[in-house]
Amino acid sequence: MNAATPQAAVQVQSVHKSFGAQHVLDGVDLQVAQGETLAILGQSGTGKSVLLKLIIGLQQPDTGSIRIHGQEVAGSDMRKMNELRQKIGFVFQSAALYDSMTVEENVAFPLKRHAQLSDADRRTRVQELLASVGMEEALGKMPDEISGGMKKRVGLARALALAPDILLFDEPTTGLDPITSAEIGELILKLQRERKVASIIVTHDVQVARMVADRLALLRDGRILITGTFEDLKNSHDAFASKFLSSAWQG
Amino acid sequence: MASSRLLCLCPASWSTPILVRFFEWFGDFGRFCGRLARTGFAPPYEREEFVHQLSEVGARSLLLVGLAGAATGVVFSLEARDSLLRFGAKPLLPTIIVLSILKESGPIITGLIVSGRVGASIGAELAAMKVTEQLDAIEASAVDLYKYLVATRVLACVLMLPLLTVAADFCGVVMGWVATTLTDPIPLRLFVNSGFARVGFNDLLPATLKTAVFGLIIGLVACFEGMRARGGTAGVERAAASSVVYASIFIILADVVLVRIILVFFP
Ligand SMILES: Nc1ncnc2c1ncn2[C@@H]1O[C@H](COP(=O)(O)OP(=O)(O)OP(=O)(O)O)[C@@H](O)[C@H]1O
Ligand SMILES: [Mg+2]
Repeated sequence: MNAATPQAAVQVQSVHKSFGAQHVLDGVDLQVAQGETLAILGQSGTGKSVLLKLIIGLQQPDTGSIRIHGQEVAGSDMRKMNELRQKIGFVFQSAALYDSMTVEENVAFPLKRHAQLSDADRRTRVQELLASVGMEEALGKMPDEISGGMKKRVGLARALALAPDILLFDEPTTGLDPITSAEIGELILKLQRERKVASIIVTHDVQVARMVADRLALLRDGRILITGTFEDLKNSHDAFASKFLSSAWQG
Repeated sequence: MASSRLLCLCPASWSTPILVRFFEWFGDFGRFCGRLARTGFAPPYEREEFVHQLSEVGARSLLLVGLAGAATGVVFSLEARDSLLRFGAKPLLPTIIVLSILKESGPIITGLIVSGRVGASIGAELAAMKVTEQLDAIEASAVDLYKYLVATRVLACVLMLPLLTVAADFCGVVMGWVATTLTDPIPLRLFVNSGFARVGFNDLLPATLKTAVFGLIIGLVACFEGMRARGGTAGVERAAASSVVYASIFIILADVVLVRIILVFFP
């Protein structure tokens, strides 16, 4: 507990992670303050999803430290881990909806277990959440009856259910049309403005990254190659960074 | 080189010797059980999921178990009748049918049928959830997988197995009577009275209750195999198959031990 210095919402320090002989993360450092949005860009297969899973403790780093509001994630016991996880919303790349439950039950799942709400209040809350992502009509549908983009949005509603302080998005707009992508971007901005959430957004979508993120970070060869605002990265002397941005940003 | 080749009997992994994999399996399984014991049964309880699993296990297997029990009854009646006639001991027929069903065939057949039906479906269900990141999503929602998925399924299997065994026993005895009465008409009342005349507490209860252990094996093995699945659709298929294979083998081995123990404590 150090009250003097403002605590980062998420702090990742020299994290290494390998799968067998494959070194995926090789000393990643990053830091997100409360109320800040960080976008992580990088080529496919560089370990962006792995990094997010390490942050929420779904996988364990080989070495290095990951702190949420100053609390170490790795090695904390189940109870502490679950307290931390209740403060974090995770939007999966694959949406990962529970396919034996309706859309409504999916969003109600965390509420049922962690929020002391009456059945009626819970229903209302689920409806609000689904309305906030424009999915209120799909309430009674099963996940395999809705489109990929709709699944993403339901996954987002589920991640927002417990009103988390920290949001981790794994490709929230990949596979969505530009209009829906922009809507999701608006939603993220709104959360940031109104609730001061800290967000980490993993994305290939440079436009969305530019729209919502205070800072961008480029992941390459298992490290953060460069961080800064969109302009910083675009004007940087690093050939890879400017190439990455300009190739994705045709304008 | 040649010797390492010889050790690798299992095509699933040519690189690790089978003996090592065998011990690894038990190590992982032990850790899995330890984890379940530590956090799986603490409150708050997942009542809704538990009740759902009870009805799933029951509904999935009741018909199959009843059919298998019935078939066993018929077979016993036919086989035993033939043998007993040779010794002139035909009046013993009801007793033989009832005893052999209650003491051994009912329990073991129920265990094996349920391990095929429920073991495969739990294994495949959890494996599919694993490879589609649904297990990760549950954990990310700060819900303990062991409490929500494993404890509910294991307990449901433990409770349902003895009940399903009673159903198998019932169908077996009734069909044993039907098959008997077709050749040598005998009233059901008489069949039951003489069949159960020498059947005591020690024959019935331990044999039925031992199936709770079979249920424990099915639930644990299927959940374990499902949760460690990897590799897409093929992984789901492997998890379902190995759930059934391992559960069946362990049930048969456990039966040997249990029968021995029951003979000691309930002579
Ligand atoms: N559980 C795992 N076991 C083994 N290897 C893994 C595992 N998870 C990820 N990897 C490997 O780690 C690397 C990074 O994977 P990751 O999913 O993080 O990539 P990504 O940056 O999210 O890519 P994309 O943009 O395509 O989603 C990949 O090469 C993958 O093969
Ligand atoms: Mg990814």
